[in-house]
Amino acid sequence: MSLLKVENITKTYSAHQALTNISMEIPPQTIFGLLGPNGAGKTTLIRIINQIIEADQGEILFDGQPLSINHIRNIGYLPEERGLYKKMKVGEQLVYLGQLRGLSLKESSKRGKAWCEKLDIIDWWGKKVEDLSKGMAQKIQFIATVMHEPKLIILDEPFSGFDPINANLIKDEILELREKGATIIFSTHRMESVEQLCDHVAMINKSEKILDGSKAEIKEQFRDGTYYVEYKEGEIKAGTGFEILNTEEIGRGLKKSLIQYSPEGNPNELLKALIGQVEIHSFVERIPSMNDIFISLVKGNPELVEA
Amino acid sequence: MNKIFLVIQREFMSRVKKKSFLLATILVPLLFPAIIGGMVYLAIQNEKNKELEVIHVLDESSLLKFEDTESYDYQLVEGPLDSAKARFSKSDDFALIYVPKIEVDNPEGIKFYAHTSPGVNLVDGFENKIEAQLRDVKLTRSGLTEEQLEELKTYVQIESFNLSETGDEKKSDSGVTFGIGYVMGFLIYIFLFAYGAQVMQGVIEEKNSKIVEVIVSTVRPFHMMIGKVVGVASVGIVQFLIWMVLMSVISFAGMAAFGLSMDPAETAQMMQAADEASSVQSNAKVQEMMSLINDIPITKIVLLFIFFFLGGYLLYGALFAAVGSAVDTPADAQQFMMPIMMPIIVGLMGLFMFVFPDPHGTISFWLSIIPFTSPIVMMGRIGFGVPAWEIALSMVLLVGGFIFTLWLAGRIYRIGILMHGTKVNYKVLAKWLMQKN
Repeated sequence: MSLLKVENITKTYSAHQALTNISMEIPPQTIFGLLGPNGAGKTTLIRIINQIIEADQGEILFDGQPLSINHIRNIGYLPEERGLYKKMKVGEQLVYLGQLRGLSLKESSKRGKAWCEKLDIIDWWGKKVEDLSKGMAQKIQFIATVMHEPKLIILDEPFSGFDPINANLIKDEILELREKGATIIFSTHRMESVEQLCDHVAMINKSEKILDGSKAEIKEQFRDGTYYVEYKEGEIKAGTGFEILNTEEIGRGLKKSLIQYSPEGNPNELLKALIGQVEIHSFVERIPSMNDIFISLVKGNPELVEA
Repeated sequence: MNKIFLVIQREFMSRVKKKSFLLATILVPLLFPAIIGGMVYLAIQNEKNKELEVIHVLDESSLLKFEDTESYDYQLVEGPLDSAKARFSKSDDFALIYVPKIEVDNPEGIKFYAHTSPGVNLVDGFENKIEAQLRDVKLTRSGLTEEQLEELKTYVQIESFNLSETGDEKKSDSGVTFGIGYVMGFLIYIFLFAYGAQVMQGVIEEKNSKIVEVIVSTVRPFHMMIGKVVGVASVGIVQFLIWMVLMSVISFAGMAAFGLSMDPAETAQMMQAADEASSVQSNAKVQEMMSLINDIPITKIVLLFIFFFLGGYLLYGALFAAVGSAVDTPADAQQFMMPIMMPIIVGLMGLFMFVFPDPHGTISFWLSIIPFTSPIVMMGRIGFGVPAWEIALSMVLLVGGFIFTLWLAGRIYRIGILMHGTKVNYKVLAKWLMQKN
């Protein structure tokens, strides 16, 4: 059973259609990438899941039950537009935010401290937020999102503002949270983190869902039967069932060609044909990146954009 | 409910822990008496140090007598006017009064010369003086003797009393009731602005620090707004109560220092004693003042003050919160402040223009009933004795008023706090108001 089930959600702002009949299921213990260009309706959907705004139509089930304020305890939300009370001390702030999510004062303080130890910012516990660097403030926000051990964690651009070291640290924390049983909705424009982290991906464009599935399935679906071949000497000539898209010199006397073959065809057949012509050094299918898929879908172009 | 309490707690603590709160709370009760005391002291010193002003008098009519007073030394000078003027302008003396040969029935041409423009009161004073003397001259002319003239002068002082339905009579003093009305009305006015502005600033800060979205994912925006408004209100109440306590302690200490008692029975005794010995009349006046102050129903006024402060504050605080939620910077808030500030200012002006001259007039009545002006105006009227039903009506309407503004503000707030960089005008606000969640 899915942890979160979104059923036929529609939301309209006076003249603007924000979400049109969106349905998706988010399996438990996965990292679910919610993708889409700016203004597609992602934030609206996330706000509806967080019960900040209400959908016009449709229903959301959390663990099989209609979403209600009782579930606030089980959700952690790191919005894209995020901040902290600048004049408040780090510790007080974490305790307050934990309490708002339903932790007791004692528990909130205990967990806040434990997390600060873990992320190495415990020395800042008694300091005011305005004295923190941006990266440290981001860590505090991350802690506030996860400290109450929510079943569902919603992260909107969680890595923005982090340097690569801290971004890795947070990435590891996210993976660890999944191992411990949390389900994570992950909204971002950074496709390399989708590539690295997501198990599942859904894409929204112009208020409609245009893609939904596991990352592996989606990649399979977007295979277009192109192969990279590196070879020495000679030249490849187009043959039966394949043609050369482009060729470039890559040094050491090697050339690299992109070959269009059919997605259904047997690569062995292609390889056989090529071996007859040149000395093959590498032969690999070009798997579409999430970036390619994203751009091609958003642009409404059925063919994949050249990498 | 639990979460509203958390929000209230945070709003309260974050403000109370500020150094500025501590300073204001301790300094205001010390500063106010200090400022008033200082001004009284300066006034007394001013009076004491006032030099005897020399006034040249050129009286060609020989009708008038100018007797020296504590502040003026009249010196008769020789004419003609031109030479008197020349002499005066060279001197450092205060003024020159020129009385030509006037007829008693048609005294025209009296002139007053000074180095600087005299105050209206000053010239009025001389006019009264001369008028009185001319009247005496006329009366003497009609055959009255000096003694008869003296007998004609009567001094009247009216003592006013409040007569309650049970027939108890209580001495009232319009000076004291005016003072109460003034202080109470003005305090409410200041509190409305000070704490209303705090709410607005708090909301704008919250919006700018972008923490709003995290908070509203755990608390309903309306609850968040209520929490903020109530949190700031509780700061106000605590501050007010501390002020009351501190001021009572200070004034009690002050009384003790001046050997005056706040105990009414004792005061009455002392007043009797004072009456018997009329030589200490000025002391009796002070005692009388004290007893009047003791007669003021302090508890009732404090409770009503808290109610009208809270009511007025909730009414306006909600509107301030709505404005704060709609804008990105305090500068953007200006355009929406006018309609909120207008009724507050109307209330304060009404206090001076209608309530003090006529506390029970129609306009005073309505201003103290309509929720937007009632907190200031009702507190201004309260010292003059307001019928219970009027207070009750005003209170009920005020409660209705703030429920309405809270509802209205909540509708704007829930949308506004999540909007960034939107150009907001009244049309947009109206749209938010109607928008479904």
